[in-house]
Amino acid sequence: MNHFSEARSKDRGKDDRDKCELSLTINGKPETVLVFPMERLLDVLRNELGLTGAKEGCGEGECGSCSVLMDGKLVNSCLVPALQAAGANLTTIEGVAEGSQLNAMQAAFLECGGAQCGICTPGMILSASHLLNNKADPTLDDIREALAGNLCRCTGYMQIFEAVAQAARRRSGA
Amino acid sequence: MTQEHIIGKSVPRKEGRDKVTGAARYIDDMTMPGMLYGATVRSQIPRGVIKKISFDPQFAWSEFVTVTAQDIPGKNCIALIGDDQPCLADGKVNHPEEPILLLAHADPHLLRKAADAVSIEYESLPAVFTIEDSERPSQIIWGTDNTLKTFLISKGDVDGVWANADYIVEGEYTTGAQEQLYIENNGVIAAFDREHGITVWGSLQCPYYVHKALMALCDLSAEKIRVVQAETGGAFGGKEDYPSIIAGHAALLAMKSGRPVKIVYDRLEDMTATTKRHPSRTRHRTAVSRDGKILGGEIDFTIDGGAYATLSSVVLSRGTIHAGGPYYWPSVRIGAKAVATNAPPHGAFRGFGAPQSLFAMERHMDRIAQAVGLSPVEIRRRNFLKPGETTTTEQTIREDIDLGKLLDRALELSDYAAKKARFAEENKGGPIKKGMGIAAFLHGAGFTGSGERYLASVVAVEGCADGGVRVLVSSTEFGQGTNTVLCQIAAEALGLPYEDVRIAQPDTSQVPNSGPTVASRTAMVVGSLVRSAALGIKQTLIASGMIGGSYSPDKFRTACREYIAAHGELRSFARYEAPEGVFWDDQKYRGEAYASFAWAIYVAEVAVDLSTYSASVEDFVALQEVGRVLHPILAKGQIAGGVAQGIGFALYEKVVWQNGRMQNGQMTNYIMPTSADLPPIRVFFEEMGNVHGAYGAKGIGELPMDGPAPAIVNAIQDAIGDAIGTVFDSVPLLPEDIFEAVGAGGER
Repeated sequence: MNHFSEARSKDRGKDDRDKCELSLTINGKPETVLVFPMERLLDVLRNELGLTGAKEGCGEGECGSCSVLMDGKLVNSCLVPALQAAGANLTTIEGVAEGSQLNAMQAAFLECGGAQCGICTPGMILSASHLLNNKADPTLDDIREALAGNLCRCTGYMQIFEAVAQAARRRSGA
Repeated sequence: MTQEHIIGKSVPRKEGRDKVTGAARYIDDMTMPGMLYGATVRSQIPRGVIKKISFDPQFAWSEFVTVTAQDIPGKNCIALIGDDQPCLADGKVNHPEEPILLLAHADPHLLRKAADAVSIEYESLPAVFTIEDSERPSQIIWGTDNTLKTFLISKGDVDGVWANADYIVEGEYTTGAQEQLYIENNGVIAAFDREHGITVWGSLQCPYYVHKALMALCDLSAEKIRVVQAETGGAFGGKEDYPSIIAGHAALLAMKSGRPVKIVYDRLEDMTATTKRHPSRTRHRTAVSRDGKILGGEIDFTIDGGAYATLSSVVLSRGTIHAGGPYYWPSVRIGAKAVATNAPPHGAFRGFGAPQSLFAMERHMDRIAQAVGLSPVEIRRRNFLKPGETTTTEQTIREDIDLGKLLDRALELSDYAAKKARFAEENKGGPIKKGMGIAAFLHGAGFTGSGERYLASVVAVEGCADGGVRVLVSSTEFGQGTNTVLCQIAAEALGLPYEDVRIAQPDTSQVPNSGPTVASRTAMVVGSLVRSAALGIKQTLIASGMIGGSYSPDKFRTACREYIAAHGELRSFARYEAPEGVFWDDQKYRGEAYASFAWAIYVAEVAVDLSTYSASVEDFVALQEVGRVLHPILAKGQIAGGVAQGIGFALYEKVVWQNGRMQNGQMTNYIMPTSADLPPIRVFFEEMGNVHGAYGAKGIGELPMDGPAPAIVNAIQDAIGDAIGTVFDSVPLLPEDIFEAVGAGGER
């Protein structure tokens, strides 16, 4: 097992001198943290910034539980190296509510039964918000396609579709 | 007293706000000062003797906490039903991924490297991987004959029916393993100190199962073990028994290190090492009269339990009792057995044996229909159980169920007849072949037979100093709506607004043992107890003269506050008592198997594309009778979610095994349905006025898992099976299976 001593020294080196400064805006607030360059954005959010709303379900970009918005684009934060987020504007689930008021999407998830166990919910809400940001009046097929990267094992998705449609109606004031 | 009813209303989910804001705290969101991370070194072979464990000398092992079987203070087992499963392998291994050694370190990156730096030498022993190998038996790997458990149900004179049968219909049906695939992997944190003992926080269904297992493993008394459920990101049975293992591991590391230890699996470890749905094989031989009536039959139901007995006996029991479906059998013999193989133990998964045996029953009904020359609709109608008739265990149907009426409504909702006619025309040309399939089924709610009597669940409801009311149960929320429904029940019983009732976090140091959160028992069994306990509080306040028979919520709150100020505590307990006259014989497997059954008819519309060989569900109607619907949105969500898992079970989710190990333990290669894959799942309830449980509720959670697979495969059979001369008798049914069947059929 020769890879070991090398790996060991690499890991042993995982202290502050290998870290670099990362500045970004999260939920409207500027933040600067020390990170390993290739550290996953998900770990930076959860471990360095205490934003545990984004979840790890698979660690390989399949389940979408770690979805966040980066400069308006939907990303799986488990696949984004920390430094790629330098200077970016991030929205996580913690930044979605309007003060203490749930936003239209959160309220719709609550009312329609879109959240059961809740573990996919943060990612699902960001994914659905991303859809409505780009298409205010989505069809059911649009919703199905937009959420296909966010796995939910509890709901069978039907009540999530209803929630997104309801939020769209509310946002457009219909 | 508020006149407004809370039962039957879709009130907001109690913990819903935390879930949509990201504030809900799951186990991996928690850390503790000085916490270490734990990892598990697992067997790389299916069966063998451990010859040597070596540690790479270049590693600074003194920094690591290491635990082997020798470090276990109590009994090296996961106490559950039998105690045959070790917590850590001691000298021999019986399945791939069996835990052998535990490591802990403050740096999770280094920990992973360290786990790879432990090498284990084995002397391999021959292993068995299939039901057939286990039965033969090519090797004895468990007990004296690899049999974990058997049951025999015997009703009437089966041997006498064959001579008078106009038709004898035979079939063999199999189902594959299925991963629960909760999106949150298994995880716990354990802490230990000499004064308080062990505390475990975890993602789990059954706090008192973990409590029991830790007592035996750690040799500590009941009050030195505390188990707390964290917010749990899905379970589906997958967190019924397994948390006792991971909690045991974390507890051992915490005891040895004196520091809190967190173990959270990654997806690959969770999928390859933890439980799955039992693979099954069912054989039917049925005697049928000319007019399509079942005269009697033999059913042979066998499940693969994996390397240790764990929950297999109970899964087998439920599968056995459900094997006859919702039909009247004048005579039947059901022989059932669970066999051992060298795979990780299979465990609980929604439906718990019933989806397996009901898949066989409902596929077989279509074959009987074909043999007799009746439609799938008519054959079912002629054999449905009716009030006054008895089930295979000779339980008399007392409720006023009309399955014919349920069937009629499902046919209407699915536009069955018109679609059948249309598809018969359309299927003549083009590569897309469409079909319709029906499944009729039942699901027993609560523990089987004398199970609830043995459990003797206890719940408490208490008045609080702020005038509110709190429900204390060990029943857990993992998405189904436990928190919400139990609070609704207490609020309704007390005539209080829903907002006045809250529920305690399940914590064995705070809540009584209301039993495990399994078997679709929570709303029905625990709900009834919550109602009784809530009424107990009301009676106390009435007896003290603080409220009369009728009161306003404000009056109640004031009375509550004043009572607590005067007496210190306002708490009422309720304990389960079996209704009188309920008979169950555990030896003969005869009698009242369940307090109630939920009934359902599901109809699937399927399209098979003969250019890609893929089958897709185009429309799905799920109609059920579950007694009173306590919360329409939650109930609908339970059904739609279960149907989606059932569609996965039928068409997508295949565990690829090699030498007892799952080869596709990732979300990229084990495929569950996405939002783009599912049809409209149309959910309907029929309330036939049957009264059970709290406010008339029957169990609901597992029911929807039973019907989709047979309805879908029946529809595929309808679409192409008969045309190509193939009988589809197995799930999962993937495009490659359809390709093969079409190829083979074409050669005939």
